[in-house]
Amino acid sequence: MKGDAPMTEHLTASNPAARTWTGYLRSDGRKGIRNLILVIYTVECAQHVAHAIAAGEDEVQVLGFPGCYDNQYAVRLMLALGRHPNVGGVLAVGLGCEYTRPDKIADVVSRSERPAHWFYIQSVGGTQKSIEKGKQLVREMRERSQRDARRVEMSLADLTVGAECGGSDGTSGLAGNPVVGAFFDRLVDAGGSAIFEETVEMVGLRRVLLERGVDERARAQLAEAYDKVLGYCKEVRQYSVSPGNFAGGLTTIEEKSMGAFAKGGSRPIQGVIKVAVPPPRPGLWIMHTVPDPHFMGFGYTNPNDTEGIMDLVSAGCQTVLFVTGRGSVIGSVIAPLIKVTGNTQTYERMIDDMDFNAGTVLTGETSLDDAADQLCQLVMRVAAGEPSKPEALGHREYFVMYKHQEAPPLTLGCRA
Amino acid sequence: MATLLGDAEPEPVLVLGAGASGIVELSEPVQLGHKVALHDIEQGGVIVKFGETIGRASRRIQRGSWVHLHNVTSEFDERSQTLDVHTGAVTDTKYE
Repeated sequence: MKGDAPMTEHLTASNPAARTWTGYLRSDGRKGIRNLILVIYTVECAQHVAHAIAAGEDEVQVLGFPGCYDNQYAVRLMLALGRHPNVGGVLAVGLGCEYTRPDKIADVVSRSERPAHWFYIQSVGGTQKSIEKGKQLVREMRERSQRDARRVEMSLADLTVGAECGGSDGTSGLAGNPVVGAFFDRLVDAGGSAIFEETVEMVGLRRVLLERGVDERARAQLAEAYDKVLGYCKEVRQYSVSPGNFAGGLTTIEEKSMGAFAKGGSRPIQGVIKVAVPPPRPGLWIMHTVPDPHFMGFGYTNPNDTEGIMDLVSAGCQTVLFVTGRGSVIGSVIAPLIKVTGNTQTYERMIDDMDFNAGTVLTGETSLDDAADQLCQLVMRVAAGEPSKPEALGHREYFVMYKHQEAPPLTLGCRA
Repeated sequence: MATLLGDAEPEPVLVLGAGASGIVELSEPVQLGHKVALHDIEQGGVIVKFGETIGRASRRIQRGSWVHLHNVTSEFDERSQTLDVHTGAVTDTKYE
């Protein structure tokens, strides 16, 4: 990442809302903290070429969908990611046989005033020619995107931050998630947006969840989401709790849920949003990623951590906080992932991967408030251009799957 | 219910937190992040953590015992009862 966006400290650390840094203004009014070129492949057969195009290129990242048959959820996700505030241009690469249309992806992205191109590998003439053509296109787009970028001042109020947990243990609910929750309170108070998902990790918390709704409408949305989650989990007979969670001391999904929910902090929940939908206004939001009923029944919810991160990023999160207890080595395309652990043993053992140790709250070395303030500073440094550890290590994980989710029309930039 | 902040042998450990200070004598080794019972709990009794019910005792649990899959069940998740109590490893999927 370019370190050319120094944070200007107008006021003291006690007023993080007043801190500003330089970001990238997009045509829909949202602001990015990175300026990336995205290569999107539209079928597994184009995967190698897409990665070869991005290999060795600064500021160029890859994501794609493996299926030949297309899927509305996957298309919505890719369109949202292609117009993410951190993205400055898109190259869509298809093989030429598949249902998903790279020409449509490029067309939609170009209407957002970003450079966008597409081609079929079959038409260009195979692997080598496609890689050469792709490299030429992404280099041109990168140059144009850097030249034409509208640099603007941004602050916490311009940030949408996601939170996800994975590899949780008994410390996650006691330290990692509560520190993220306390940071979310600060972000929301500063006028920013905070999103957490993992509604499947709210099983057992119906009453606790509904109490947090800001109004009747939000409470009704939360109740509907909860009931859908429980019905879904009962049907697939799989709850969102892993062998590693049990090894780390978590005994039931209800216990894990209480810990996971702690990352929602204490501010009212404005409502429930679905995948690829930006929050309609600032504040704290829950994203509902669980599949809706469909005749094919496809779509595990949260089959892995990266899937949830993709969903959060699709809502426009410029960065995502990832809380782990056991340890995790994933990162993310588009939005830098910031790793937080509440387990000091894990922090020390996996120091190269961990950005923040919330375990000091458990030992009493740091208060929850101080830890949240420190995390807030870290988020702002990453937003200003400092690479997070997964980002510096080159982690660019992505996961686009088949899923069915009923959703409103895809409109971006509608922060009315 | 208390959560261990470090690995412990069968030994007395200090309990911190709201309304629960004192010493509890562990009757078995309990690892970091795992739970120990602060009171005797009858079979069928509720297990409370974070002030909420997180499961029920599937057998009687004595103060100082490790509280986990072998003596607690979820109200929702049945599959977790098939996992290895120490490692969490799956036992119900066939590999041969």
